[in-house]
Amino acid sequence: MFAFGLLVLTAIVFLALTFWRRRSPGALRIIDAYERLNRSVGLAVENGTRLHISLGRGNLFTARGGSALAGLAMLRRLAERTSVSDRPPVVTSGDASLAILSQDTLQAGYRAAGAEEQYRFSTGRLTGLTPFSYAAGAISAIHDENVSANIILGDLGTEAALLAEASDRENTNLIAASDNLSAQSVFYASSQEPLIGEELFAAGAYVGAGASHEASLNVQDILRWLIILAILLGAGLKLVGAPI
Amino acid sequence: MRVFTAAFAIAAGLIVLMGFFYPAQLESLRLILVDWTILIAGMAILIGIYNLIAVQMEKVRKRQKSGMYGAVLVVSLIITFGLGLILGPQSRYMLLTIDAIIVPVEASLMAILAVTLIYASIRLLRRRVDVTSVLFLIIAVVFLILIMPTPFGPIPGDRAMVDLLGMFSHGGARGLLIGIALGTMLTGLRVLFGIDRPYGGN
Repeated sequence: MFAFGLLVLTAIVFLALTFWRRRSPGALRIIDAYERLNRSVGLAVENGTRLHISLGRGNLFTARGGSALAGLAMLRRLAERTSVSDRPPVVTSGDASLAILSQDTLQAGYRAAGAEEQYRFSTGRLTGLTPFSYAAGAISAIHDENVSANIILGDLGTEAALLAEASDRENTNLIAASDNLSAQSVFYASSQEPLIGEELFAAGAYVGAGASHEASLNVQDILRWLIILAILLGAGLKLVGAPI
Repeated sequence: MRVFTAAFAIAAGLIVLMGFFYPAQLESLRLILVDWTILIAGMAILIGIYNLIAVQMEKVRKRQKSGMYGAVLVVSLIITFGLGLILGPQSRYMLLTIDAIIVPVEASLMAILAVTLIYASIRLLRRRVDVTSVLFLIIAVVFLILIMPTPFGPIPGDRAMVDLLGMFSHGGARGLLIGIALGTMLTGLRVLFGIDRPYGGN
């Protein structure tokens, strides 16, 4: 019942903050990787190069789907922003449902920008159903599609190192984040500005996806402080021998 | 139609979520929805494979750089799929295909991965020279030394050292996972409220 109460409270605070953020947008702290992402989007449109967006292989029917949904929200915004480009972004994923949703999201982004004729179904790709086959297919996109920036956001494992290496070989920008600790450590070692932990879920807010994404960050901050207080309180009670 | 898909998706999401909190009332409905989801996910795999074939065939048709590999992939896929349908997935030939081709190829990629990770670690300090990068590298090397087998047996005090380092890394990992759990929860709420709609467009 506690979990349900917490969820309802979170939902109420989230909705209230979303309405508030619509009226007064907040200032976000600077995250270097997202600064680089926004620059890369502009450069790709000007240079006539592509963005390669990889959404990982997070199955939407498991808890790993959260990172995939965050990636889709960012993709939607990037599709709108790059709709004026001659070369639309290529989206790769390692899960069939995610690949279908990526196509739908790309199409919705172009439609919103009034450029639906730009949409090609082949730009949303399933590259493989196992970790390494997914990586092998995504590497091929990095090498062959005239890519200037690789945005890897989602659930990946250590195979992320192969994607980071391919990006490095092509001398392209790499903006990478994952909900998986192994992939996070790989990206920490191989990207210029690593994104750690929940920074993955801030992608939408930093590409201008709307007030709800900013409100999500505020709610996460509030909950984080509550958890810190609960941990300190629990540790203090344990220290004095209180039964918890 | 878009309103209908959004309403259906939100209702299904809410029922599945509430099913966890009120199992007595909603468990059967939740299980029906989960069964439907599994069926749709199965169909999605077939559609995904069609997408994979279509993309590779386009590469072949346009004579792109990796078109040859695309052709090999499509031919292999059709042969494997056909054999699987005719002989069944447990047939000796199907198992041989997995043991003789798929497993060795994935193992080779695993070997490349090991080399890639070592290379990335070596280049870490070339990319960023800061305190956290140096700490990251030192702890990774110390951990590797402590857990590797030596010709002289275990290093004295290795368990205590692993426990000490593990105390910090486990704490950090839990912190990261709590952050990810919070992010996942808020992302889920956005989808449940229909603010983010990756289905049907918005």
